[in-house]
Amino acid sequence: MQQAGNLAVKPAAAGAAGDLLTVRDIRREYRAKGGLFRQDKITHALKGVSFSVKRGKTLAIVGESGCGKSTLARILTLIDAQTAGELQIEGEIINIAAQAIAPALRRKVQMVFQNPYASLNPRQKIGSILAEPLLLNTNMSAAARQKVVAEMLKKVGLPVEACNRYPHMFSGGQRQRIAIARALMLQPKLLVLDEPVSALDLSVQAQVLNLLADLQDEFHLTYVFISHDLSVVRYIADDILVMCFGEVAEYGPCEEVFRNPRHSYTKKLFEAQPHADIASIRRRIEARHKAAEQKAAAGAVQ
Amino acid sequence: MVFSPVASGPNSLLEIRNLVVSFETANGLFKAVDGIDLNVESGEVLAIVGESGSGKSVSMLAVMGLLPDNAHISADILRFNGCDMLTMKAREKRALVGRDISMIFQEPITSLNPCFTVGYQVAEVLQVHLGLKGAALRRRVIELLEAVGIANSEARLGAYPHQMSGGQCQRIMIAQAIACNPKLLIADEPTTALDVTIQKQILDLLKDLQYRSNMGLIMITHDMGVVAETADRVIVQYMGRKMEEADIVSLFEKPQSTYTKALLAALPENVKGKRLPTIGDYFQETANVAAVSAE
Repeated sequence: MQQAGNLAVKPAAAGAAGDLLTVRDIRREYRAKGGLFRQDKITHALKGVSFSVKRGKTLAIVGESGCGKSTLARILTLIDAQTAGELQIEGEIINIAAQAIAPALRRKVQMVFQNPYASLNPRQKIGSILAEPLLLNTNMSAAARQKVVAEMLKKVGLPVEACNRYPHMFSGGQRQRIAIARALMLQPKLLVLDEPVSALDLSVQAQVLNLLADLQDEFHLTYVFISHDLSVVRYIADDILVMCFGEVAEYGPCEEVFRNPRHSYTKKLFEAQPHADIASIRRRIEARHKAAEQKAAAGAVQ
Repeated sequence: MVFSPVASGPNSLLEIRNLVVSFETANGLFKAVDGIDLNVESGEVLAIVGESGSGKSVSMLAVMGLLPDNAHISADILRFNGCDMLTMKAREKRALVGRDISMIFQEPITSLNPCFTVGYQVAEVLQVHLGLKGAALRRRVIELLEAVGIANSEARLGAYPHQMSGGQCQRIMIAQAIACNPKLLIADEPTTALDVTIQKQILDLLKDLQYRSNMGLIMITHDMGVVAETADRVIVQYMGRKMEEADIVSLFEKPQSTYTKALLAALPENVKGKRLPTIGDYFQETANVAAVSAE
């Protein structure tokens, strides 16, 4: 298997105009103290990841458990500091360990989490959940906050009465809409979405993906969309970054990578996707009938 | 209703007619399953596909007897391998379930008991149903772990569920389920919580085991991709009722029910143009199921 990381990685253009987000050689290590007699154990969660995203575009990060995509998401949303490497948002170089982060910067990046059942406080009413970012980050009056909350609920397709209800009164798809509304309250430029539709049924996925596409057009948002579902990625992404064990296996425009995957891991990932086209189904059924016939014939011979 | 009825011979492995499952709730009786008919034959893979709330899991949990006390189950026919499960005594049913019919569930790590080793949990099934003991028991457990593809099976006997990955825990559950060579295996969303390459391995493992032992396999899922990869025949369920039943090629090529068409159209790979079609584009989502099935 070819070394991950040395193939098909386009060198990130040095702060090219129009790049909202630039990441250069980001590394993240976790150290577990060994104590008196043992060495410290180091886990390399990210081993030098580089990419950039233009304003208004969607980058999909694809990879399986343990590849480092959630660690990367935490670094992008300024929750965690990188051990090494450069993070640039709108040209500003950021390292949360090295400097205090201005509130204005924090507002630029927001996150939508995977589990719609766990990412909303079950003891908070929806109105309060949505107003909280405004309460913490602005000087708006209560009336002004309520107005913005009502507008945002309308944008995500929920009734304004939702303000007085608790999260458990909503379905998974509706909760995810609330999570998206919450992420948009501060008018961010960049939205990091960590598997936002994985926990949802297929048709609800479709509704939420359509909503995300509409919101991206309306607010000119930039998305970093983490997913393990390649068919969703193909539909929503402009560029795709495939990660494997903390490294970039492949990076490029979505259609190009799908048409011509070069890294062996990417190929393995594509092959593992279920094939729902008629030709594949027919082939499988024919093979199954043949195998059954052979089995029956072998049984008859004995 | 538009579906092609499957000839149910007297030798159907599982035969269900008019299964109704209701739950007592504070707001009255809630019908989760509203008159389902289904048949499974030995050696075939039947997929039951539907979204959350369709009643697909509840129907199978009813067959297994795994529903809570507030569930009311009734059916005209509920027969497994010729035995009438409606009139079966509890003791007989306990001997059947877990041995001749077994089930695997969605979240492998949480479905296993966190307090016991995986070796212990697989052994338990063999002890209870087959009365195995001592060296024979240990040998059979190791054999089963190997059969489901656990590397270093002997060393893994002492591992706890939290020390294993999701895929490995699902293999352990499968080992428990096939321990007594069941005639019917019910898999309830077995790969929903797993990565796509692990999903492929688990589905391949299930297909392989099914092929070798000729057991019936019921695959419950909401993922049409999983259906496409595994099923011989498909039942589509919506709000407790059967919408369509067909062999897999017919279902994908010429879906008859509006709901099936909507499910297939919502697959991102079938998307044409910019917007993903949703169920709402096809019909008014409604509790009026009769309106949905009408063409």
